[in-house]
Amino acid sequence: MENLLKLSAVELSTRIKNKEVTVREAVEAVFAQIDKTEETYNCYVTLDREGALVRAQEIQQQIDAGTLTGPLAGVPVAIKDNMCTEGMLTTCSSKILYNFIPTFSAEAVLQLEKAGAVVLGKTNMDEFAMGSTTETSAFGATKNPWNEAHVPGGSSGGSAAAVAAGECFFALGSDTGGSIRQPASYCGVVGMKPTYGTVSRYGLIAYGSSLDQIGPICKDVTDCATVLEAITCHDPKDSTSMQREDTDFTSALVDDVKGMKIGIPKDYFGEGLDPQVKEKVLAAAEVLKEKGAVVEEFDLALVKYAIPTYYTIADAEASSNLERFDGVKYGYRAKDTDELHQMYKRSRSEGFGPEVKRRIMLGSFVLSSGYYDAYYLKALKVKALIKKAFDEAFAKYDVILGPVAPTTAPALGSSLSDPMKMYLGDIYTISVNLAGLPGISVPCGRDDAGLPIGLQLIGDCFQEKKLIRMAYTYECARGQFPVCRAITEKEGR
Amino acid sequence: MAKQYETVIGLEVHVELATKTKIFCGCSTAFGGAPNTHVCPVCSGMPGSLPVLNKQVLEYAMAVGMALNCDITRYAKFDRKNYFYPDNPQNYQISQLYLPICRNGKVEIETADGAKKFVGIHEIHMEEDAGKLIHDEWEDCSLVDYNRSGVPLIEIVSEPDMRSAEEVIAYLEKLRMTIQYLGASDCKLQEGSMRADVNLSLREVGATEFGTRTEMKNLNSFKAIANAIKGETERQMDLLEAGKSVVQETRRWDDTKGESYAMRSKEDAQDYRYFPDPDLTPIVVSQEWLDEIKAREPEFRPEKMARYKAEFDLPDYDIEIITGTKRMADLFEATTAICNKPKKVSNWLMVQTMQLLKEESMDAEDIRFSPEHLASLIELTDSKAINSSVAKEVFEKMFHDDIDPVQYVEENGLKTVNDEGALRKTIEEIVAANPQSVEDYHNGKEKAIGFLVGQTMKAMKGKADPGMVNQILKEIL
Repeated sequence: MENLLKLSAVELSTRIKNKEVTVREAVEAVFAQIDKTEETYNCYVTLDREGALVRAQEIQQQIDAGTLTGPLAGVPVAIKDNMCTEGMLTTCSSKILYNFIPTFSAEAVLQLEKAGAVVLGKTNMDEFAMGSTTETSAFGATKNPWNEAHVPGGSSGGSAAAVAAGECFFALGSDTGGSIRQPASYCGVVGMKPTYGTVSRYGLIAYGSSLDQIGPICKDVTDCATVLEAITCHDPKDSTSMQREDTDFTSALVDDVKGMKIGIPKDYFGEGLDPQVKEKVLAAAEVLKEKGAVVEEFDLALVKYAIPTYYTIADAEASSNLERFDGVKYGYRAKDTDELHQMYKRSRSEGFGPEVKRRIMLGSFVLSSGYYDAYYLKALKVKALIKKAFDEAFAKYDVILGPVAPTTAPALGSSLSDPMKMYLGDIYTISVNLAGLPGISVPCGRDDAGLPIGLQLIGDCFQEKKLIRMAYTYECARGQFPVCRAITEKEGR
Repeated sequence: MAKQYETVIGLEVHVELATKTKIFCGCSTAFGGAPNTHVCPVCSGMPGSLPVLNKQVLEYAMAVGMALNCDITRYAKFDRKNYFYPDNPQNYQISQLYLPICRNGKVEIETADGAKKFVGIHEIHMEEDAGKLIHDEWEDCSLVDYNRSGVPLIEIVSEPDMRSAEEVIAYLEKLRMTIQYLGASDCKLQEGSMRADVNLSLREVGATEFGTRTEMKNLNSFKAIANAIKGETERQMDLLEAGKSVVQETRRWDDTKGESYAMRSKEDAQDYRYFPDPDLTPIVVSQEWLDEIKAREPEFRPEKMARYKAEFDLPDYDIEIITGTKRMADLFEATTAICNKPKKVSNWLMVQTMQLLKEESMDAEDIRFSPEHLASLIELTDSKAINSSVAKEVFEKMFHDDIDPVQYVEENGLKTVNDEGALRKTIEEIVAANPQSVEDYHNGKEKAIGFLVGQTMKAMKGKADPGMVNQILKEIL
């Protein structure tokens, strides 16, 4: 029998529609893979085998009855554990939410369910999405399926690793400063952060509300466009949700970039960038040039201010967003406390991990009276200037091309000891969030150690279609990206 | 010789808006309800929930602002006020600090002695109410009810322009009347839909700098406010006279004891770390929208009073009472429009209605009877279909159960007996049965006829026209 795990989501749904495969077979194949590899990679916090099988049967009936015909019908999906799922544990990989079961599902999850996807469970992440390696999870680190001595990236590391390892057919992640694109890059899969306001944030447990955006992590660009099309909606429950009409993203799956203009920011290729990453990313630009795109170098201003601006804004918002985790209403409460403030302090001290506490303290500091103007307000002004710099760039270019991260996936245990170094790793991704832009990460090669390298394409607000078109064209020219060992090993048995 | 002091007062008034649903979610704002039954993920601070502004809250806030002559902020924002307390489910309150919806207003007040002055409005901002903590002494624990969490409030912050309790009361009355007329709130102090905190300081007469102020909380009635102002003025004066200084602090007024005590001083003031709420988009107010709200503005009390004088020629006393609440004025206008008898409508409202409201401790808002029914009652009396004592009885029934007076009179046989033959027969019987009174009458005792009228009315079960009874009696005698 065919190795189903090598199929993309869209390929799988076609097989299901053609009655070559049942939804149950697809779900069972994924769980068989999970049984084999999950112990090694730790992609999931929660698995719902029973629920998925029940759901598989319901979906199968709807497909057979012809009431469900979409390209995601019957496809098993993994959800990052910071999106609420009704009746299913939702922890944000934090001890403070170790027992939290939401009463409602995130809008993006509802949209996927409507499309007939089968939710397998919840993926591991950096605690409250704070981190770049998935090592800050209270439930243990996730390992990179290409080499388990390395991190999968973060914060959506569980989602990216699950896609790479065949433990799901696609996944949802969330991206506040690169948390979809960077793990996608490290795991050799495609990840996309849409324009701010495209996917509803209702039910996404907030980290930095003005920067957070949900997006797909998939095996290829076609799946990515398909999933984005399914989860995009105007949601009146989210005041920042946009009303968009150009959301037929799959119509942009066109193998043609003739005449499209690509800008390469020189600042993205300077000091700190691994030479192997640089080489593969520039090679990808060369491929696009051969396909007819116009490629040009330019100076993108203010790049060096992006990191301090990002950490000021994201942490300020986080310090407030995370106040509700106090031991009063749900989640972890410290035992044997005799008064309110002691209960607050101990519940939060024991419930949050060190990286979350660091960011809460930083965020509280930049908002405190006397520092607000000097830090938070100034950061907002720089954010506006960064947006302006991108506006100027997009007056000249359709797409900006660069690396996703300065290096390939670091070894486990090498990042947390030096948080500044970890923060600097976000340099190429965070400006995109500050400016509210869409960005996509597409695998463009591997380093000498065999670890994947990602190519990042950045578009102007609402220009996802340009990104999809270019990413798809590149993918066509590149050819099939190697399938990760975690999946191919199965064939040997 | 003691120094002469001047009291300087500014007010922070919280008003609960009369929207059906909460400020950031669709939950009911209805008072009461079993604990935590008017809640949802948004107003109970569940992870992943997001606020969406109730447009009616914004429109009410702008309407109040315009009525108080404020500038409406055309680009306003909500900010988060961060503090930990269990009645605050997110541990931040969504309020407005940097760009409140209204600024720079003023209202004219008039005190009892006829003096007029303007009180400045510094700002009006919108915010959400908190939940309610219930302390269970028996179990030694606290429980929280989020039914009130997210109920919309506006806070009206005045300038320190008031100098006496009289001015403060006049200002509050003016706010209350204006807001009630707008329908934006019922403004009940006792029930907490209007709450006032008093900022008070003293300075020597003629001084230009303000003294150190205190903020007084827990003021549940106009009387408590007046008492607290008097008490705090005396307390601060004693301190100053003794050469001590006033400490800037928040104090809680105990109206039963007639004294206040310190709650927290400026030193333990919290840093609320206000910042714009990223979950809510900025509020952009267009001129068209403002015009639309302005066009919906009702006739306020002063204009109404003038119009009643001109249009209906009512006595000032009547006008004062009838325009005292918008509900009463609306009822007056609706009833008068039906029966076209303004003075009679006014009489029923300001005498019987007011009396029953007082007896039942009800507000004008609680009146249940319809203008149609009051108009028919007036019609019944004017056509002498019922006499005045029956009318009062019917009115009471109407007040309590909003019965249809025509139907009620019919069903209960309360119509005045206008059949002269039947009436004459009854009177003849009464006269025959009371020879002594007849004799007294003939001996010049005019009062005796009153007794005979009373006896007749009694025999007629009150359904006779007293004028007719009098006339027939005199004929017979």
